[in-house]
Amino acid sequence: MTPRHRLHIVSGKGGTGKTTIAAALACALATTGRRVLLCEVEGRQGIAELFGASRLVDAEERRVCRTPSSGAVHALSIDAEAALLEYLETFYHLGLAAKALERFRVVDFATSIAPGLRDVLLTGKVYEAVRRGEKNHPNSYDAVVLDAPPTGRIAQFLNVHQAVAGLARVGPIRGQADSIMRMLRSTTTAVHLVTLLEDMPVTETEEAVAALRPTGISVETVIANKVIPTPLDEDQLQRAAMGTTLLRVRALNDQQNRLLTAEFADEAARTLQQRDRHRRLTSLGVPLAEIAFDAAGIDEAALFSIADQIRNQIPLEVGE
Amino acid sequence: MSSPFFDVDAIIADRQTKIMICCGAGGVGKTTTSAALALRAAEAGRKVVVLTIDPARRLAQSLGVGELDNTPRSVAGLEATNGGHLDAMMLDMKRTFDDVVIAHAPPEKAAAMLQNPFYEALSSSFSGTQEYMAMEKLGQLHHQAQADGSWDLIVVDTPPARSALDFLDAPEHLSDLLDGPFLRMLHAPARGPMKLMSRGFHLVSSVMTKVLGGQLLQDVQTFITAFDALFGGFRQRAAQTHALLSSSHTTFLVVATAQRDALREAAYFVDRLTEEQMPIAGLVINRVHASQLDVSAERALAIAEDLDPAMAVTEVEALRRHAHLERVIEQEKVQLERFSSTRPDVPRTLVATLAGDVTDLDALRRVGVLLADKD
Repeated sequence: MTPRHRLHIVSGKGGTGKTTIAAALACALATTGRRVLLCEVEGRQGIAELFGASRLVDAEERRVCRTPSSGAVHALSIDAEAALLEYLETFYHLGLAAKALERFRVVDFATSIAPGLRDVLLTGKVYEAVRRGEKNHPNSYDAVVLDAPPTGRIAQFLNVHQAVAGLARVGPIRGQADSIMRMLRSTTTAVHLVTLLEDMPVTETEEAVAALRPTGISVETVIANKVIPTPLDEDQLQRAAMGTTLLRVRALNDQQNRLLTAEFADEAARTLQQRDRHRRLTSLGVPLAEIAFDAAGIDEAALFSIADQIRNQIPLEVGE
Repeated sequence: MSSPFFDVDAIIADRQTKIMICCGAGGVGKTTTSAALALRAAEAGRKVVVLTIDPARRLAQSLGVGELDNTPRSVAGLEATNGGHLDAMMLDMKRTFDDVVIAHAPPEKAAAMLQNPFYEALSSSFSGTQEYMAMEKLGQLHHQAQADGSWDLIVVDTPPARSALDFLDAPEHLSDLLDGPFLRMLHAPARGPMKLMSRGFHLVSSVMTKVLGGQLLQDVQTFITAFDALFGGFRQRAAQTHALLSSSHTTFLVVATAQRDALREAAYFVDRLTEEQMPIAGLVINRVHASQLDVSAERALAIAEDLDPAMAVTEVEALRRHAHLERVIEQEKVQLERFSSTRPDVPRTLVATLAGDVTDLDALRRVGVLLADKD
């Protein structure tokens, strides 16, 4: 068995649990002695926070977790300036010039004035980490998981071709963008969009799927997070949502039964809305995975439980 | 430990409050809070304009700002207004930037600049531009309000920031860049020799040419030549914005949900605003869960256990969901207590979670009531 994809890109609207899902996916991939790299690109330190680790700084790739199946998750916070200086050092062996670049704040300027350049640098670092695995270079990983920018920006972020198109028609940056684009479009890369079964996140997911289509980057799965499963069918939910049939639980008094009926009417109405959104997601024609809501909050055990749910629903390996 | 109550109506009633800024992490309901607050203030007699950034389409439609439009539009359908009114607008960051250029550069330079590919990139996608332009727009609205009295309260919904306080930092960052050493250096050769700089410049420009190509550097230089009319102006504007934000007429609302991540961001906001001596009105906690049924999670599950699942399928599910709700409530309480024990002085109001989405004025009005009600 080998990993089906070398690179997993996880996006989602703010508040959907994108970082949690990215971390759980990294754990799911880190089976039997495998090494997985989990990257963030927005300097939020969300990964460090989630694993209770100290801040990730200076291009350091540090182990943040050992999985129950004795794999390891390493984490990296990618910074555009560091990535550019590393890139210049690797390809141009700049010593003094790099210092001058820093002095004149060229990097800051260049990545600010040409935001596409920033995205090329960030994805470029991810590309480098993935290539280490492909070429069996030192410090290589079996898989890389990217905690990517939110769905509202994801198509723009990944479409590095477009990003540099207006700026660099030829030259090394263009060449770099082309290689990154090839990797993103290939079957070694999988994009996952995390959503809740709520209106706005579902709308953003629909928009992201549409925005990614022309880029040639395909969405592998949509992951509905914080789902509360119910054994009730549509009719039963409709009836409960009306709140007119009083629930009768013998252990509760009349007043409590009335309150329970009213409370469950709201819950049932919400569940019906969620079913609508579930249908909207299904009609996207992208495989849909569901992660159960854990009311107790996210700790390491919860993370591994989500990892199991991911493994059961998303094919991460290719056989024999 | 419990936090003091954040009395939204008192802030609205205080005529000295002229600017309210809603900030917080992405996905916590900032836009809804801003709109609900603006509506409530307008119906309490204030002349309000709400500046929203990228609202959900249906909410935008309910406010009558369905299309991206950089001018305030009157919102119809207000109830008893007591002389108040509500305008709403959505930020068009490119157009706002264009307006700055047109207003401050000589016509021929402005034209050259608007066509430069770098300006195109800077004005439409630079990560700080949205924040910068939101603050620029706020400045314009404030100016207009002072001049012709069209509004006495401006409510601002801040952009979904990459890092929490980008809108505080972006103006300075942008002005640093545009008035910074690199641009001055690139600009210098056009103005004449600058011997001290030139060695560094050759080094840098040869690297840039190697990496980016000569054409690119030429574009940058054209851009800068066009931009020089605006040099210095950006720093001045950033300073003005900062002064406006820290004035006694401005107050900040920090919006969060009772989740760990959102509260962590909120704590960061509160600390940073305190550090900058910017006035914090209070903390709004959205989507708080509650139950009137006084039965613990454990007891609900125990009762469900004793029922016959075939006969009482709805009852079992209702009890299970109640247990679930109790656990959520418990978890939220822990998170909120943790926050208020470390920052006990920050006033707070809780807004209960709603059964449906907020898509019309009635729903906004209900949110307004929840905001103002003592929890």
